Amino acid sequence: MKMEKVEQLRHYYLRHDKKFPHVWCPGCGNGIILGSLIRAIDKIGLSKDEVVLASGIGCAGRMPVYADFNTLHTTHGRALTFATGIKLARPELNLITVMGDGDATGIGGNHFIHAARRNLNLTAIIINNQIYGMTGGQYSPTTPYGAKAATATGGHLEHAFSIADLAVTAGASFVARGTVYHVPHLDKLIEQGIRKNGFAVIEIMAYCHTQFGRRNKMGDAVTMMEKLRDRAVAVKDPGAAGSPGTAVAAGASDTPGAAASAGALDSDSLDTLDGKFAIGVLTDVEKPDYIAEYARLRAASRLNAQNAGNAGK
Amino acid sequence: MSDKKASRENDNQPQSGVNGVGAPQVAASGTAMRVPAREPARSSQNAVPRRRLLQGNEAMVEGALAAGCRFFAGYPITPASEISELMSVRLPRENGTFIQMEDEIASMGAVIGASLAGVKSLTATSGPGFSLMQENLGFACMAEVPCVVVNVMRGGPSTGMPTSPAQGDVMQARWGTHGDHPIIVLSVATVAECFEITVTAFNFAEKYRVPVILLSDEVVAHTRENIVLPESAQLEVVDRIRPSVPPQWYKPYADNSRGVPPMATMGDGYRHHVTGLVHDQSGYPTERSDEVKTQLKRQMRKISSGFGEIQLTRSFMLEDAQVAVIAYGAVARSAKRAVRMARRQGIKAGLLQLVTLFPFPRKAVDQVLRQCKAVIVPEMNFGQISREVKRVNRTCRVFTVNRIDGQLITPAEIFQEISN
Repeated sequence: MKMEKVEQLRHYYLRHDKKFPHVWCPGCGNGIILGSLIRAIDKIGLSKDEVVLASGIGCAGRMPVYADFNTLHTTHGRALTFATGIKLARPELNLITVMGDGDATGIGGNHFIHAARRNLNLTAIIINNQIYGMTGGQYSPTTPYGAKAATATGGHLEHAFSIADLAVTAGASFVARGTVYHVPHLDKLIEQGIRKNGFAVIEIMAYCHTQFGRRNKMGDAVTMMEKLRDRAVAVKDPGAAGSPGTAVAAGASDTPGAAASAGALDSDSLDTLDGKFAIGVLTDVEKPDYIAEYARLRAASRLNAQNAGNAGK
Repeated sequence: MSDKKASRENDNQPQSGVNGVGAPQVAASGTAMRVPAREPARSSQNAVPRRRLLQGNEAMVEGALAAGCRFFAGYPITPASEISELMSVRLPRENGTFIQMEDEIASMGAVIGASLAGVKSLTATSGPGFSLMQENLGFACMAEVPCVVVNVMRGGPSTGMPTSPAQGDVMQARWGTHGDHPIIVLSVATVAECFEITVTAFNFAEKYRVPVILLSDEVVAHTRENIVLPESAQLEVVDRIRPSVPPQWYKPYADNSRGVPPMATMGDGYRHHVTGLVHDQSGYPTERSDEVKTQLKRQMRKISSGFGEIQLTRSFMLEDAQVAVIAYGAVARSAKRAVRMARRQGIKAGLLQLVTLFPFPRKAVDQVLRQCKAVIVPEMNFGQISREVKRVNRTCRVFTVNRIDGQLITPAEIFQEISN
């Protein structure tokens, strides 16, 4: 994308009356994700009025305030519940939620799996930096075994799970994983997620050099980003086989045993600091549309009520 | 069980002698829009009799629908589940939406979301679920999102006694969520009130942009009484004021004379930010002391400036009373009978029924405390409203009658206290 175009998008989609600078640390990948999101929305051609961007709490939770959509900064872990209410009340709106790993799968884990099961047409962007960054680097549900955190100074005793695999298991109709390194790929994944008619999850592997990298001697932001490049392995997109957009320049895809196909579990490799993980579209299935189903229920209920009324006369 | 005891008394007729402004139908003054209740699907159901034998929980559903509620999110819990069940049948017919969420936290979140999207929203629960809702209730207070939360009180604490009545959540309703916050708490004693005060609750929520807690209890919820549902034309239904300025001028949290900013619906072109962080008038997070003070003070002021119409009470035989009972919820029914018993014995007794519990109707209570030699506050807890009564009391003797054993306080128990 040309720089003028990038500049135009920035001016069009970011709020002019919001005081900057933003809250994120220099070197953070959250701004890259905001950029991807804006480009995806622009590509689809949604108007700013028909987009609702909702978030929970944490660094990821601060994203909506900068964007010129209908924006909502909810309570910790609850973004999907608010989004559910908005979507049901105004189905024509496009609901996008932005959450962190702790937000979506720690405190909000219950809402996350049920939103996946329910399959309402929402897009869930989950930024996985493997730590609670804003509060000072405490371990999260995706902190790898043995990693150091503010509340695990001697090394983490618990095990991380894979958010994308959790989403697949819980029944989400679209699940993808990207990274903040593979940006054009990420644009596309977010676009696909928003276009998907059903519950779509995009897990984005990110890093927190301030709270996680420093403790675990992983280097600066650039080094951590390069690490993401090396760890990522592209999978074939099950929804669009052969699509060139999914051919990602993954640094070390020659490693045998890496998660190379959709459905292969990444829980083990994501429980380490350097294991390979899959990126791309992991699941893309069609399920009945909740809004359409509810409309059908409404019509049937009205008919029943009418019949009952007529019978009464 | 105690249902029968309570319903034996013919208390379900609308009562006269209303103190304060308003009730039965809340007189909405000021600049709030007055819109007649709309029930699109009702016309196709003209066969529905207006005189109905209803359970308290069912009457709340009718009240909510009449007030324009078209969204319900909830989680199963005794003794509130009938509200969910009936809503799941009625809402789709009325072009509304029902959803059962994964827990009460999610229910409250969905209710706030739907309200932000412009639809009047309700949830109903009991103590344990009400505890879970406190987090997002605070959000609704802070972001000023109108909604109604029914709490059908059962014995507590914790899982307590799911099928027994109690009034132990009064203080939780006022102070359950953290931080100083504006909130309105109403209570019901009869099936007729379950309808009428539910309408009032929605009107207050819409007019003041606050969550309204509607306290019921297991006795009122499960008592069946014959009530007459008012024609929709007789009901006053208040809708939130929407912005009239062009979107680029809209300040979602700007002050005005009422202290209640117009509320834009998500998706209507008034793009703005909604957050639980303290925010400035544009809705953006702030920690600037002057902006913080301005916002939080306005949020409290909008309620305090409405005391006159919000603080609803009902009086019974109070004119010449020397001994008064101050009661609310199912206990007010026992109290009413106790007052009659006392009158038959020549004791000048009266009842002040509190419909609004918070903001505490100090004015009405104060008047009773000045007039009477003794005041009795019976309630199904260790003494929550009696603390409030004692707080505003200067000269009167205040006695309490408390039960926490899952049984309704009987007229005889209150009568005995009056006789003493």
